Amino acid sequence: MTFIAKPKVSHPSLPRNALGFTRRDYEGALSTLCAGCGHDSITAAIVEACWGLSLEPQNLVKLSGIGCSSKTTAYFVSGGHGFNSVHGRMPSIATGANAANRRLSYIGVSGDGDTLSIGLGQFCHAIRRNLDMLYLIENNGVYGLTKGQFSASADIGTRAKKGDTNLQPPIDPVLLALDLGATFVARGFSGDKRQLVPLIEAGLRHRGFALIDVLSPCVTFNDHEGSTKSYAYTREHHERTVLADFVPREREITVEYEPGEAREVALHDGSRIVLRKLETDYDPTDRAAAAAKVQQRMSEGEHLTGLIYLDARGERPEFHQVSATPAEPLNSLPYEVLSPGSRGLAKILERYR
Amino acid sequence: MNNRVNDFTIKIATVNGTGTASANTLLMKSIFRSGVPVMGKNFFPSNIQGLPTWYEIRVSRDGHVARSGKVDIMVALNPETYARDVKELASGGYLLYDSTWPRPALLSRPDITVLGVPLAQMCNEHFNGVRTRILMKNICYAGVLAALLSLDLELIRGLLGETYAKKPQLVESNMKAIQLGYDYARQHFSCPLPLSVEPMDRTAGHIMIDGNTAAALGCVFAGATVAAWYPITPSTSLMDAFKGFCERLRVDLETGVKRFAFIQAEDELAAIGMVLGASWNGARSFTATSGPGISLMNEFLGLAYYAEVPAVVFDIQRVGPSTGMPTRTQQGDLMACAYASHGDTRHVCLYPANPQECFYMARDAFDLAERLQTPVLVLSDLDIGMNDWMCPDLKWDDAYRPDRGKVLGLEQILEIDRFQRYVDKDGDGIPYRTFPGVHPKAAYFTRGSGHTQFGTYTEDSADYQVVLDRLLRKWQTIKQRVPRPVVDGAGSEIGIVSLGSSDSAIREALAVLRGRGVAVDYLRVRAFPFGEEVERFLGAHRLLFVVEQNRDAQLRSLLTLETAVEKAKLRSLLHYSGLPVSSRFIVEGVLAEIEPSAEHPKDIARA
Repeated sequence: MTFIAKPKVSHPSLPRNALGFTRRDYEGALSTLCAGCGHDSITAAIVEACWGLSLEPQNLVKLSGIGCSSKTTAYFVSGGHGFNSVHGRMPSIATGANAANRRLSYIGVSGDGDTLSIGLGQFCHAIRRNLDMLYLIENNGVYGLTKGQFSASADIGTRAKKGDTNLQPPIDPVLLALDLGATFVARGFSGDKRQLVPLIEAGLRHRGFALIDVLSPCVTFNDHEGSTKSYAYTREHHERTVLADFVPREREITVEYEPGEAREVALHDGSRIVLRKLETDYDPTDRAAAAAKVQQRMSEGEHLTGLIYLDARGERPEFHQVSATPAEPLNSLPYEVLSPGSRGLAKILERYR
Repeated sequence: MNNRVNDFTIKIATVNGTGTASANTLLMKSIFRSGVPVMGKNFFPSNIQGLPTWYEIRVSRDGHVARSGKVDIMVALNPETYARDVKELASGGYLLYDSTWPRPALLSRPDITVLGVPLAQMCNEHFNGVRTRILMKNICYAGVLAALLSLDLELIRGLLGETYAKKPQLVESNMKAIQLGYDYARQHFSCPLPLSVEPMDRTAGHIMIDGNTAAALGCVFAGATVAAWYPITPSTSLMDAFKGFCERLRVDLETGVKRFAFIQAEDELAAIGMVLGASWNGARSFTATSGPGISLMNEFLGLAYYAEVPAVVFDIQRVGPSTGMPTRTQQGDLMACAYASHGDTRHVCLYPANPQECFYMARDAFDLAERLQTPVLVLSDLDIGMNDWMCPDLKWDDAYRPDRGKVLGLEQILEIDRFQRYVDKDGDGIPYRTFPGVHPKAAYFTRGSGHTQFGTYTEDSADYQVVLDRLLRKWQTIKQRVPRPVVDGAGSEIGIVSLGSSDSAIREALAVLRGRGVAVDYLRVRAFPFGEEVERFLGAHRLLFVVEQNRDAQLRSLLTLETAVEKAKLRSLLHYSGLPVSSRFIVEGVLAEIEPSAEHPKDIARA
């Protein structure tokens, strides 16, 4: 635990984004996680993505539950409101907050315990509603704050630091999200920032529920031999399938792609995602094929990473479209359009005589 | 016999799912339209079809809306409950039954008048189809009662016309069944009975409405835009009503755009989470639930208390513990709501006594939640929520604007150096808040973990206590801001203390007791925490009857925990059968304590 305040000084030569902000302007409080924690790399990737998108800091709403991962919302974008809720219930806070103001960007940071055990129900229903948010799981297969119990994402046969072997099959959030109809499903690795940053950028701009399951080794409780979520194992077995290059609407595509290698997908705000397939037979817009591929690689002990599925045609409406709410946020509708007034009341009462 | 015109109770015993609800409403409304005060209470099973159900209509020229505790006319149409229904009828009363089938001779009583009508036989002769015959049999008795009570048939036809405005053919078939019953009664019995309905003018300026509908209307008028809930009896109709009002009043006819979000959550844990998320983000948001839902919401209520997030929760109480009896009424969640969640938490509770208070308290709940930055629980119950009550017309002041409390807008944010979320700037314990999306300077971190007055994480004892002690100062402020109690009478050394739906029975009991020369004062608490007036009333009386509808004397517990009252002064009158308390129960309980006699043995009062 640290109580050291983070100095707010930045070097004048740091690059600035369209709003004139440097990366430092997207940072938060000093992390209190263990040195080398994968989560801190993810925090850095979020900072990078928000800076890259030139996001107004106050327009980012940061939500989390309980656990090591959920602490991290305090460590980035201190100019955005944060809500550290109760264990496993972040999706409901996100749902209400999003219902109240659809204009802001919502990022939820959760862990494998927070999402796949205590919060499994709320996670599923947020996907089902296609809530417009980026939901990031910092997945390390272990409960850190309570010192090393297996989580629901631990693989069968994986060994705990104290020697126990996990005998229960894992719940895979990617497969689950695909099954529940998520419109953006990705997996990353905290050790691969180059892959992760564009995924976060695209996820923030995606309209609807975007899931990124990030393998994020726990250096203290799950980084030993015999663990399938250690740095060494993940480096060895994380297999990139589709690289997603995120291109904001303000920017031109400057990279040259080989014919047939790249496919461009436009997002609702005019941004684009350029999908670069590393395997020619993989189609990230085919939900069933994506699920089959993930399952196949899982059975071989491999972690498929990259943008695994995208509802490229925007077929599923998001929560507000389904609810037919106005473009203006509900929290700023003038009272006059909400209340029928005394004359309206008199008319209503006629039905009760 | 006393004059029993416009002063009697009818009880109708049927089977649920057979269309009797419309006949009962029709009868009640026709009495109401005759200008005679009336109340209707539905005692129904937690079931879709086939179980016993009762409907009680009390006609009271004096305007009493509680249960009287006795039945003058029993319409016994359910063979399964026939024996107990006959037993419940008061001496001198009238028993109406379906004489199509023989009546067990064993169940006769010499002190009542039996009126047999071949309802099934008549309907079988005049209608086709099994379902139609059953439905018509159950409207036919309304015709019999119309003749017996001297109700105006044209008025009944008018009501049917309103009910079936879109299906006029149903008006004729229903009217035919009513006429069959009406004519049979006129031919075979001496109509009207001594207890009948004579038109009055005591219902003008009144409506018949249930508390859930009134509360939903209050939410609409308070400007609530986000409603999240999980279905649970008996709260569901509140959400249905809110949705219904919004579909009529808040949908843009051209674009179909809805100026509200209505979210059916996956459970109550999520429902309250959504309410907190929306309220935190600046929308007026609420949920409605019942006991089991309150149990599930505990964790989030604790967070809302500590992180100071407004929220409005309607608890339409039903019988506990556990699943209990979902379609019966109780005031059993008083403690669970007042102290919901672990750690040092206390919550603002409002206790409406009738539908009109549900309407006004719904509005007040939103203002209080935002002013005080804390959850406000409105504790209604099944009796108020699901029964039709006669209420004075609801009024609305067009000058009303939602009070968002201490919220800093952009201009104020630009003027300050640094935003400090939990600092007590005004000395009332209530800090300032900001909404997301306004300005980076106003951003703060909301958390249920230990925090300093600046909103940052802490495990430092002193910093933690600064916030906790300030919350206690806020609690003192809250005491002065919540609705004041209602006091009736002064100067007696005996008082009754109660809350919520027990009110109507108590007010009738007071009239009876005072009529007998027993002076009793009455305090109805309308909110928790209790303020000074409650303290004063408790101090000023030698003997206090605490009337409530639960087994464990929860209101008495709250009074002893939160005020200086001496425990020895308090006598509990506890009614927890699941049916609404009657005035008779209270009268007998009070008399047993102060004038013990063979008629009112003392131990009843201590039940």
